[in-house]
Amino acid sequence: MSASGTTNTTRRSSLFAWALALPMPVWQTLFFVAALLFLVVMSFWSVQNFRVTPDFTFDNWAKIYSAGYFRVTYVRTVLYALLAATLASLIAFPCAYGLAFKASPLMRRIVVASLIMPYFTSYLVRANSWKILLTDQGVINSVLGTVGLGPLPMTSNLFAVMIGYLTLILPIVILLQYFSLANVDRRLIEAAHNLRCGRVRTVFQVIIPSARTGLILAATFAFILSFGDFVSPSFLGNNKPPTLSVLMVDAVKSGSQWPRAAVVALTMVATLLLVAFLAMNFAYGEKRKRS
Amino acid sequence: MKADRIISLAFKAYIWLALLFVFAPILTSFVFSFDANKFAAIPWGGFSTKWYAEAFGDPEVAKSLRNTVIVALSSSILATLIGFTAAYTDYRYDFFGKKVYLALAFIPPTIPVIILGVAMLVLLGRIGLSGQLHSVIIAHVVYSLPFAMALIRLRLSQMNKDLEAAAWNLGASQWRALKEIIIPFCLPAIFSALFLTMAVSFDEYAIAWFVSGFNETLPVRILILLQREVSPKVNAIGSLVFIVSMTLVMLAQIVFLMREPGSGKGKRI
Repeated sequence: MSASGTTNTTRRSSLFAWALALPMPVWQTLFFVAALLFLVVMSFWSVQNFRVTPDFTFDNWAKIYSAGYFRVTYVRTVLYALLAATLASLIAFPCAYGLAFKASPLMRRIVVASLIMPYFTSYLVRANSWKILLTDQGVINSVLGTVGLGPLPMTSNLFAVMIGYLTLILPIVILLQYFSLANVDRRLIEAAHNLRCGRVRTVFQVIIPSARTGLILAATFAFILSFGDFVSPSFLGNNKPPTLSVLMVDAVKSGSQWPRAAVVALTMVATLLLVAFLAMNFAYGEKRKRS
Repeated sequence: MKADRIISLAFKAYIWLALLFVFAPILTSFVFSFDANKFAAIPWGGFSTKWYAEAFGDPEVAKSLRNTVIVALSSSILATLIGFTAAYTDYRYDFFGKKVYLALAFIPPTIPVIILGVAMLVLLGRIGLSGQLHSVIIAHVVYSLPFAMALIRLRLSQMNKDLEAAAWNLGASQWRALKEIIIPFCLPAIFSALFLTMAVSFDEYAIAWFVSGFNETLPVRILILLQREVSPKVNAIGSLVFIVSMTLVMLAQIVFLMREPGSGKGKRI
């Protein structure tokens, strides 16, 4: 490591550089990288008399991968996350578009600041509030009841799970979409208008292609967050049907099946890496081709 | 043009609707935390603070609140400290493997928290560090450090590089320049990072659920309450958690936008 900008590279200055450079990688390697690596090791261990024992067996992988319920759950979790990412992207877009092109600077600042907040405020409590709002005797059904409708079944089903996912991802999708739309070159839009390109056509043929990378990034984030979420399928979906995260939590909490939980966790990590890789290729690859 | 105004109004209405969706659950929790009825429904059962009394009277809740405060304070200080050193390194040095260096910092928040939780449980359990408050602190530093690093790095990118070099030329050691030039300049971002990482830790339920053992934090207590019973107590605790974390995030935003102490309007550095 070299200290650019200094002429003297004495031992003291390199001590300075190391003292500042090292804490982060040391901490993250000891407690994060090591944890993930150890998860791989653990997936080959066995459970004997309810105790996790060092071993080298493919049993856990074989058992999990041959189980019908695991495969069904895997496909379900991927489809749920895809649906959530699609819904969030579609619902967020008019909002992000309005923020970038129609809102006043003041409104923009207020909305952006308020959308940052939910990312840091208890998702658990917010999911519980949706349960209060959505149950058969809940607020929304009471209101519907006064006009002679319902009660509509809005908990323990796909609708409830999607509401939960959207609670988690919608603010961040709106923000990411907004940032990419705000960076679209305004001259492109003016040029399109001057060339008599219609409003809607400008959105689809000028704005969306220019903001493409950010829009894909937002959808990818939505997929990752929903794919790994445990709260929505568990509390709003009532664990029926389960997702991978529910299976994994079960394996850890209601049995000492840590090695099997490790297999599920690693499968999830591998899936997310693959999705992130494909999405980034899709986001950047096409652009390169075009230019 | 009239059409333009209508379209623009429609977009604004849509934005407020989206905000309503985002804030409806938060409002719900506040409203029903003061509801005398046990089962939240319309009509409201009348104003009552009994759920707050019940929440505060619960020794388990009190204990978990104390744990959360300890964890949030310790992990935010550590995360900000480590985040600062990493942000400075990224700002000043160019070196082989820098991409890996940055990835090490920024990957943890993109991994689902329950996977982090299981991984940390497995590792910390093996080396005998699991089930204690310090286990939660260690894990929360991993998860929240990138937020601190990003904020401080953003601030450093607004700094004039010549300032530090000038201090060296005038004979200041690197440590002294760091202490007297860099740290004062980054102070707003450092406080902002402290508040934000505190909010992250104060709110984190999944990793803490796995690694805390019997030393539950408040979010873990909420999770357990939710699994066990229907109680508006959760709304009362949740409303307090909302207030605390929203205050922290707002403070983080306000402090970050503040000017460095001592510099007037005209002389921005």
